[in-house]
Amino acid sequence: MRWGVLQFPGSCDERDALKACSLLGEARLVWHEERDLGDVDAVVVPGGFSYGDYLRAGAIARFSAAMEAVAAFAQAGGPVLGICNGFQVLCEAGLLPGALLLNEDLRFHCRQLELIDDDGERLSIPAKHGEGRYYAPEDVLDELEANGQVAYRYAPGQNPNGSARDIAGVRSRAGNVLGLMPHPEHAVDPLTGSTDGLKVFEAVAAAGARA
Amino acid sequence: MTVEIAKHRELGLTDSEFELICEKLGREPNDVELAMFSLLWSEHCAYKHSRKLLRRLPTEGERVVMGPGENAGAVDVGNGYAVAFKVESHNHPSAVEPFQGAATGVGGILRDVFALGARPIAILDSLRFGELDSVRSRHLLDGAVRGIGHYGNSIGVATVGGEIYFEAPYEHNCLVNAMCVGLARQDEMVRAAAAGVGNTVVLMGASTGRDGIGGASVLASAELGDGDEAKRPTVQIGDPFEESKLLECCLELLEKGLLVSLQDLGAAGLTSSAAEMASAGGVGIDLDVAQVPLREADMEPFEIMVSESQERMLAVVEPAKVAGVLALCAKWQTGAAEIGEVTDGALIRILREDEVVGEMPVEALVEGCPLYDLEPAEPPGWTYGNRQTLAAGASPQETLLALLASPSVASKRWAFEQYDSVVGSRTVRRPEAADAAVLQIPEAGNAVAVSIDGNGRRVACDPHAGTVEAVLECAQNLACVGAEPLGLTNCLNFGNPEKPVPAWQLDRAVSGLAVACEALGVPVVGGNVSLYNEGPDGPIYPTPVVGMVGELPDPGGTCGNAFARAGDAIGLLGPFAPTLAGSELAKLRGELAMGLPQPDVAAVAAACTAVREAVRAGRLASAHDVSDGGIACALAECAIGTGLGCQVDLQPLRERGCTPEEALFGEGSGGFVLSGERGALEALGATFIGEVGGESIEIAAGDRSVAVGLADAERAWRSLPAHLQ
Repeated sequence: MRWGVLQFPGSCDERDALKACSLLGEARLVWHEERDLGDVDAVVVPGGFSYGDYLRAGAIARFSAAMEAVAAFAQAGGPVLGICNGFQVLCEAGLLPGALLLNEDLRFHCRQLELIDDDGERLSIPAKHGEGRYYAPEDVLDELEANGQVAYRYAPGQNPNGSARDIAGVRSRAGNVLGLMPHPEHAVDPLTGSTDGLKVFEAVAAAGARA
Repeated sequence: MTVEIAKHRELGLTDSEFELICEKLGREPNDVELAMFSLLWSEHCAYKHSRKLLRRLPTEGERVVMGPGENAGAVDVGNGYAVAFKVESHNHPSAVEPFQGAATGVGGILRDVFALGARPIAILDSLRFGELDSVRSRHLLDGAVRGIGHYGNSIGVATVGGEIYFEAPYEHNCLVNAMCVGLARQDEMVRAAAAGVGNTVVLMGASTGRDGIGGASVLASAELGDGDEAKRPTVQIGDPFEESKLLECCLELLEKGLLVSLQDLGAAGLTSSAAEMASAGGVGIDLDVAQVPLREADMEPFEIMVSESQERMLAVVEPAKVAGVLALCAKWQTGAAEIGEVTDGALIRILREDEVVGEMPVEALVEGCPLYDLEPAEPPGWTYGNRQTLAAGASPQETLLALLASPSVASKRWAFEQYDSVVGSRTVRRPEAADAAVLQIPEAGNAVAVSIDGNGRRVACDPHAGTVEAVLECAQNLACVGAEPLGLTNCLNFGNPEKPVPAWQLDRAVSGLAVACEALGVPVVGGNVSLYNEGPDGPIYPTPVVGMVGELPDPGGTCGNAFARAGDAIGLLGPFAPTLAGSELAKLRGELAMGLPQPDVAAVAAACTAVREAVRAGRLASAHDVSDGGIACALAECAIGTGLGCQVDLQPLRERGCTPEEALFGEGSGGFVLSGERGALEALGATFIGEVGGESIEIAAGDRSVAVGLADAERAWRSLPAHLQ
């Protein structure tokens, strides 16, 4: 599998995501001005502060040339993973439902926490963001739950930002686009705390295989 | 003439310094020249009160790649890689506007490190504020922590450690010291010296505005006082996005071999970077201010030369490579302008198109400032006052809980959770998990450990011994994770050196620093001096902040500071002879006085070696050094970390002559609390003092025994947020 990791000016975690992807296959960076994703089989939109994010997280990145290519790739069923800022970008681009608001207490938080996936499995993964409170109208949240689009929730009592219904990550209706606030690329090495993040990348690869 | 006199005084120059400038120029300086001299001859740039003292410090060692005089120091970590690091202060800007002051402090130290061609991999911060019952201190703390997070998080460099102390003498003049650690391939590193007559000088990064004009002379080199709000325009505004692009651009330029030399623009802006590059290279430089991209069109040449607008770098480029440099800057959407040329003269010339608006010998600017001898005098006694906050009859339990809840001792989770500590995939030991942060370096197949320390209160009690202790504390922290020290950086935060007591403190502290570094064999590879840290009530505690970087061969072979297994033995190792002098308890009781015991540096160094080797050999389950609040607090921290209690008897310390209170709460260098197999601890030479297990922290010390439930201890230790409401 060939992974492409987007790189915007202001990206922070793109090299970490690149390393994580290269544990599962080939991986290369995709510069924000590239309009052609080439032979990439899966895309990661990484964490950071794309273009500074002084306006609203992800609001500028969604208009980048590379994101236009990612939108087309996603519509064709290609697997896309958005992490933190990447999740914000995918929401801004309309590839995922909902929005990410400022954390409830208006502070940035960095901590290792537990996520619960579809199968009820607990994953230990760090989260670090100031703008990660998942929001969608109640009827949309009901719909997401009914459709199985809630991919990850914060374990009870561990929601760091006030996200609606403890939602940490959601997937598209078709299932090939996944976004989450915590950072699976920072949980792929036992030395730095956990390897549970690999399961998130594997889930994306599996979605790609199904498409 | 009288008008000119007033002007140079306003800019911080003395009459005799002004006369010396006239003598060196053979005439009176014009406005541009006067502005440039006033900055380069400020304490901040010229170290005129500290340079003579700093010559005492050992700066050489086998592993030193770059020493003092470069943008940062660097040490060899193997396999062709070097670790670059430096600590720098941003105290006065933070006291005036904490968010931007702290943010740009981080931005500045990052630039110092990537100016060498090193990718920043870690940030640490050493912060000092007044007591938290002051609204001002809470405001400064909140602003500084948010500012550090804003800049470090946005630029994607992990903030992995630090320390915060709250003491009344920092009420008006807080300290914000930031340290950055970077990693470089040695063959891609670059120096700041300009070279190559005819080469082009390129200004990269942000445009130049009126922000931060006179920061180095007005803010950094004078005491704070009333009307500091009026100095807000001298505080710079940070833009981490601009710096992120500039960082990536500079590293790519160096990787492609497109630069001859590189220097950041910090205090004194273009003036100091151009003059220092020329001085280091023994060349002249012509700069055309008309070519500098400006934020406001009507800026005067002197404003352009002294502006401290952030996120700018100055590079020397061979003419044939200029097009390549400009193209790469365009790729990273960062500014780039050809603003000058390296010349074979000994002059720095400032032009506005064809008009020469300033012309000065480089040597006069950079090396011409007179160096002053201090006139130190020992204070007659303790001058910082005492304030009792713990009742005289407090029981040992109440005392332990009060110490754990004291904001300087309490957990700083509230602060460090606001920082990204994991970006970069290197952080093996995060804040609070071990005594030093550990970062893996897969490029060299090993890891580095980093610690930053400096207890100003103890330095105030005895500047020499207190500074030795700061160095030893760093070394002990590194030993606890199995690391061997490679190099040291320091930031000397002191009061007005023109006054006898701060001069005495500075003199004694530098001696202590030199003695401790010599004894440990650790070279000082860089640092920073921040003087004139005074408020209306007098000087701050003298605060040498020490940052130490060490190496460990195996990132997996390190050690945490929390107890790991019930049933493990607990051992005390090292020449630990605690007293209440200068301790946290003496502070809470309002009993601070001059004097500290002199640490036995050689014995502490031997204990560090023993602990380091034991950690590397995997013979320890936990290792923690005894610091603020004494062994009782150290044991509580070990216990709270994993929720495993302990039963300890401090009789061995009683046998060393300690009173029960000294044994429990006394402080001093050289103590390690270790846990593991009893046989392994005793083989190491540790004294068995107890066992891990249970739900409480029980410590026997003659007639002053303590028993505190884990939950109560943790509640006290995690109480910092309650002080911030």
